[in-house]
Amino acid sequence: MQGGRLKRRVVVTGIGALTPLGNSVGETWTGICSGRSGIGGITRFDATGFKTRIAGELKNFDPLPYLNKKEVRRLDEFLVYAIASAEMAMADAALAIDAGLSGRAGVIIGSAIGGLGTLEKTKVILLRDGPERVSPFAIPATLANLAPGLVSIRFQARGPINCSVTACAAGTNAIGDAFRTIAHGYADVMITGGVDAAVCPLCVSGFNAMRALSTRNGEPQRASRPFDRERDGFVVGEGSGTLILEELSFALNRGARIYGEVAGYGATSDAFHMAAPPPGHEGAARCMQAALHEAGMDPVEIDYINAHGTSTPLNDQYEVEAIKTVFGEHSGSLAVSSTKSMTGHMLGATGAVEAIFCLKAIQEGLLPPTTNLENPDPACDLDFVPHHARKGDIRTAMSNTFGFGGVNATLIFKKWSA
Amino acid sequence: MTLEEKVITIIMEQLDVTKEECKLEASFIDDLGADSLDLVELIMAMEENFSVEIADNELEKIRTIQDAIDFLKSKGVQ
Repeated sequence: MQGGRLKRRVVVTGIGALTPLGNSVGETWTGICSGRSGIGGITRFDATGFKTRIAGELKNFDPLPYLNKKEVRRLDEFLVYAIASAEMAMADAALAIDAGLSGRAGVIIGSAIGGLGTLEKTKVILLRDGPERVSPFAIPATLANLAPGLVSIRFQARGPINCSVTACAAGTNAIGDAFRTIAHGYADVMITGGVDAAVCPLCVSGFNAMRALSTRNGEPQRASRPFDRERDGFVVGEGSGTLILEELSFALNRGARIYGEVAGYGATSDAFHMAAPPPGHEGAARCMQAALHEAGMDPVEIDYINAHGTSTPLNDQYEVEAIKTVFGEHSGSLAVSSTKSMTGHMLGATGAVEAIFCLKAIQEGLLPPTTNLENPDPACDLDFVPHHARKGDIRTAMSNTFGFGGVNATLIFKKWSA
Repeated sequence: MTLEEKVITIIMEQLDVTKEECKLEASFIDDLGADSLDLVELIMAMEENFSVEIADNELEKIRTIQDAIDFLKSKGVQ
């Protein structure tokens, strides 16, 4: 790798997504660039009596082009979303995994909480109807690693398989680990990303109990407001993002279209608290530094950061502090935005979808905005690309995600050139 | 609706197959694409619909649609 420590270069050749803004990457990216919000009242269940009654849900998603009725009925939504977005990404990459490639193609897909909704519904059946009425699909539909498992079966990818279950960093950890799986020679192709579909009573009430969610129920589209003085928590969302990674010469030999190169990955732990980041978020700073080190880049080489930017009081302030620690004076000329202002926080999917936004930003020379930034918090004083998307020559983009348990993960993408 | 029609309706719903595929001699696994977990779920649906209990050793004998109908009849289901 140029200037870095890795020998084999890794490029992104296919992308697929389902988000509250659209049922494809194209529809989602158009929404992002026009500053549209995907947040609305909860429809998945009756949220009467819940402190939070808003979320970022998929809209009018029809799974039947991707799965048959039997599969849809027996699987949790998170598995349906994972398969659908993987189908989109594989079609986008125009890649077929034949018998010769099968053992050199793997799958790593992350999920924060897997089939929490199925678990919740199954417990109701168990208590109401007894143990004999529990579905044989209750366990497999709940296991987070069935996302990579079912994608592996569908595309006959028999190489390395894994599932990062690292809360809101799960998608980013998955892509980083998939990147290294190729870079270190264990595979030539990886299907990777993140997924979650947890707009369910247990999830919303649990996050409410932690005081983590916005309760701006009267104004759903203004509820996710990263870096704004009035921010009061994140908005839970659902979705899936899938990326196809390939070893560079493998991609070139088959004439693949290249979105960008994965330049570096950083992963650190705060070792501080089960849910809160420490002041200054030094774990996040070390994480960004680790990614820069692996990419062989100086901080001044980064043009854009897609921030974790959850819209919680602590995360946003401390993430800004960590960015300043890493980038020093350059933090004043960096563009930083939080697309969660429009998508909400898709938990395990968020890192994968935001990685796709970084690649689209590089490809199209367009910086996605931070919406709802009406009164910037004085403690958050970077260029957040407020309100409207902006043109820019973006050669490199960094994506941060942080999760409960003190997990930090950072990816760096760059424009591909021989 | 006859017992046969009721059974076939449940099978169509559970296994996502057509009425034409549901020939009486059709095997759940070989002809209707069911796996072992589908079969468990299908049997649970029959138990629920016909208010019968099907033991695991009886389940092993139910391989075709006709087997299921015969079994239900033997339990007194009309």
